[in-house]
Amino acid sequence: MSNEAVLHAHEVSHDVHHGGHDGHHHHENFITKYVFSQDHKMIAKQFLITGMVWAVLGGLMSVLFRLQLGYPEASFPWLEDILGKWAKGGHISAEAYYALVTTHGTVLVFFVLTAGLSGTFSNFLIPLQVGARDMASPLMNMLSYWFFFLASIVMLSSMFVETGPFSGGWTAYPPLSALGDASPGSKTGMDLWLIAMALFVVSQLLAGLNYIATILNMRTKGMSMTRLPLTIWALFFTAVLGVLSFPVLFSGFILLIFDRNFGTSFYLSDIFISSVGALPNEGGSAILYQHLFWFLGHPEVYIILLPAMGMVSEILSTNSRKPIFGYMAMIGSLFAIAILAFLVWAHHMFVTGLNPFLGSIFVLLTLLIAVPSAIKVFNWLTTLWRGNIRFTPGMLFAIGFVSLFISGGLTGIWLGNSALDIHLHDTYFVIAHFHIVMGVASMFGMFAGIYHWYPKMYGRFMNNTLGYIHFWVTIAGAYLIFWPMHYEGLAGMPRRYYDYSVWESFKQFVELNRFISTVVIIVFAVQLLFLANFFYSIWKGRKVTTQNPWESTTLEWTTPIRPGHGNWPGEIPEVHRWAYDYGKDGKSFIPQTTPVGDDESEHH
Amino acid sequence: MATTTATTATKWWGGGKSPFNVEYGKLMMWYFLMSDAFTFGAFLIAYGTTRFATNGWPDPNHVFNSFPGLGGGLPLLFVSLMTFILIISSVTMVLAVHAGHQMNKRGVVINLVLTIIGGLAFLSCQAWEWTHLFHEGAWWGRNPFPNHDGTVSTSNFTNFFFTITGFHGFHVFSGVVINIIMLIMTLQDKFEKRGHYLMIEKAGLYWHFVDLVWVFVFTCFYLI
Repeated sequence: MSNEAVLHAHEVSHDVHHGGHDGHHHHENFITKYVFSQDHKMIAKQFLITGMVWAVLGGLMSVLFRLQLGYPEASFPWLEDILGKWAKGGHISAEAYYALVTTHGTVLVFFVLTAGLSGTFSNFLIPLQVGARDMASPLMNMLSYWFFFLASIVMLSSMFVETGPFSGGWTAYPPLSALGDASPGSKTGMDLWLIAMALFVVSQLLAGLNYIATILNMRTKGMSMTRLPLTIWALFFTAVLGVLSFPVLFSGFILLIFDRNFGTSFYLSDIFISSVGALPNEGGSAILYQHLFWFLGHPEVYIILLPAMGMVSEILSTNSRKPIFGYMAMIGSLFAIAILAFLVWAHHMFVTGLNPFLGSIFVLLTLLIAVPSAIKVFNWLTTLWRGNIRFTPGMLFAIGFVSLFISGGLTGIWLGNSALDIHLHDTYFVIAHFHIVMGVASMFGMFAGIYHWYPKMYGRFMNNTLGYIHFWVTIAGAYLIFWPMHYEGLAGMPRRYYDYSVWESFKQFVELNRFISTVVIIVFAVQLLFLANFFYSIWKGRKVTTQNPWESTTLEWTTPIRPGHGNWPGEIPEVHRWAYDYGKDGKSFIPQTTPVGDDESEHH
Repeated sequence: MATTTATTATKWWGGGKSPFNVEYGKLMMWYFLMSDAFTFGAFLIAYGTTRFATNGWPDPNHVFNSFPGLGGGLPLLFVSLMTFILIISSVTMVLAVHAGHQMNKRGVVINLVLTIIGGLAFLSCQAWEWTHLFHEGAWWGRNPFPNHDGTVSTSNFTNFFFTITGFHGFHVFSGVVINIIMLIMTLQDKFEKRGHYLMIEKAGLYWHFVDLVWVFVFTCFYLI
C-alpha cells in the first residue's frame, strides 16, 4: 500500500516538475541545454555525434591499414607527415598496423556500434515511443553520456603515448595484453585501453538500468507491452543483455589489471619472453580470459544488432504501409536471441583445445540461433510482400539491412560448425562474416534510423539525392569489400597479417587485396558525403511542415515538430491500439492515440 | 495481440503505472543487483575453474586459524565471528526498513546506526585478517601456504583470496557509506517530509545483497 502512495507522490512531483519546467525555459543557458543536458533527446544527439567522430576515426584507421594491405610495396610520404615514426619513409610500420587494426575494432564495436547506435536510439526513441516525458532518471542518463565521453578521451589519449596504443587485437587476449614486455602496445597503451573500457562499462550500466526502468515503468496509459513498437522491444532486450554481460567483462578486466600491475597469475602460466627470460607466473590460464571475454563478447554482437533489427522492423512496416508481419513472433524471436546470446560464447573458442564434446553442444546452441533469425528475416520479407513501398533513404537502408543480415547470417551457419571452424578460424572468412552480419548490417540499421528519425531530431529532412547516392555506393561497396574476403578465407588466408605478398600461398590475392582497398577508399569518401549531408541539413535542410511526415502510427509523431524538454506540451496522450495499424479498413494508417471505433474489423 | 485479455483481467501491464507497483529507483536497484551478481558470479566461477584445474590447494583450516589475542590453532573461528557480525547487521537493516514503513524515525536512526557499526566492525575484522596474512607473507603474487599434501602451492590461492574478498570488502565499504548518507538524510527529516522511507528500503536491498554475496565468498574460500 505504501508503494501506491509513493508512486502517486512520485507521479505528482514529476508532473509538477515539468509543469514548472515549461515556465522556466528561458533560464536554460548553453551549458544546461547543450552540454550537461538532462533532456533525453539532447543526450541522444550527443551520443550520435560522438559516435560519428569515432566512426570517422575508426573508419580512417581501416583506410590506413587497407592501404598497407592493398599497396604493401608503395610508399606514401604523406603518411609520415601524419603518423611520424609510425610510418617511416611513408610505410606503415608493423607495430602501427597492429595498433590500427586493434583500435579500429575496439572503437567500432564499442564506441560506434554500442554507444553510438543503442546510446543514440535508446535515448531518443524510448521516452518518445512509450509516451514518457523523459528517462526514469535523467541525471543518470546524463552521467552515462559523460562516462562515455571520459572513456572516449582516455581511449583517444592512448593513441598519443610514446609506446603507442594497444596493438594485441580488440579481444585483448592475454598473455599479450597482460605483459608489458610482450609488445610496445602492451605497455601504457594497454593500461589506458583498460581504463577506457572500464569507464565504458560504467556508462553502459547507467544507461541500461535507465532504459529498462523507463520501458517497464513509464509507459503511458494504454501502452501495454504488446502494443509497444518493436524498436522498444529490441532496445529493451539490448539493455538487458548489456546489464547482464558487461559486468562479466568487467570482472575479466579486473583480473587482467591485477595480472598486469600486481604480480598475479590469473591468466599467466609457464611463459618465456625472449628479452626477459622465464617468468615466475604459474597456475593461471589464458583460456579463462577468453571465457570471461566471450561471455560478454557474444551478447555484445546482439547488443549491436538488436537495435538495428528493431528500427528496421519499424521502418519497413511504416514505409510498406502494412502491419509488421508476425508481431508476436518478432518479440518471441528477439527473446529467443537474447537468451541464446548467453549460451553460445564458446563457439569463438573451438580451436582453444576445448573438449570436442562440449564444442558439439555449443555448435547445437549456435545453430539454434538460425531459427529466430530466420523467423525475423521471413517476417521482414513478408512485411515487404505486396506492400505499397515508399523508397525513402531510410527504407532503402532498412532493406539493405535485411539483405546484409541474410548474406552474413548464412556464413554464420558455416562458422558455427566446429569442424568447419577448424579450417576457417582466424581467416578472412571470419572477417567477412562478422563485418557483414554485425558491422555493416548494424551500420545500415543506424543509417536507416538516422534518415527516418532525422525530421524528429532536427525538424528538417536530410537531402534525398545525397541519401540515395550514399545508399547505393555503400551497399555495392559493402559487398565488393567483404564478398571477396570469403574466397580469401576459404583459401586459408589468415587475418591480422601485415603483408601477404611475401607468402607464396597468398601472392595470388595481391590484386584482389588492392581492389578491396580501392573500394574501401571510395566507400569511406561516401560516408563523408553522408556526414556533410547530416550537418548541412541540421541548419539548411528542407523544413518539416507537418507533425507526422511519414504518416506513421507511433507516439513520437504526436509531439510538436520540435518538441521541448518534456516532449508533449499538454497531457501525455493515451494509447488505444498497437503500433502497426497500417492499411486497415481502407485507412492508410491509424495513429496509436486514435480510440478504437465500433466499425473496426479487428483490434490489437 | 492478446492484449485485450491483459488489459481487462489485470491492468498492471496496461501502461500508465508500474507493472511491479514499484517506483523506478527500486526497479533499477533490482536490475543493478542482478548485474552485480554477474560480476561476483564471474569472479567465483573464475576462481572455481582455476582451483579445479590446479593439482593442489592450501587447506583453509590451516590458513585461517588465528584469532586476535588468542593466537593460532583456532580454525575458522575468526571468520565465523565476521560472518556473524555481517548477518546481525542484516537483521538490524531489516529492522530499520521495518521502522521506516511505520514512519518511526527513531527506530530508523537506531537501527541504521547499528547497521553502520556492524559494517564497520566487519571491515575492521577484514583489515585485521588481511594484515595478519600479510605478515605471514601472503599478498597478491605471494603465497606462503603449502598445499594440503605439503607440496608447493601456486600463488593463485592468495591472488583470488585478496581480489575477491577485497572486491566484496569494497562493496561493504560502499554500503556503509550509503548507510551513513541515509542516516544523515534521516536526521535531516528528508524522509519525514517526503512521507516515506523508500530510500532506506533501497539501501537495504543493497546491504542484504552484499551479505548474501559474503555467504558465497565465505563458502568458496573458507569452507570448501
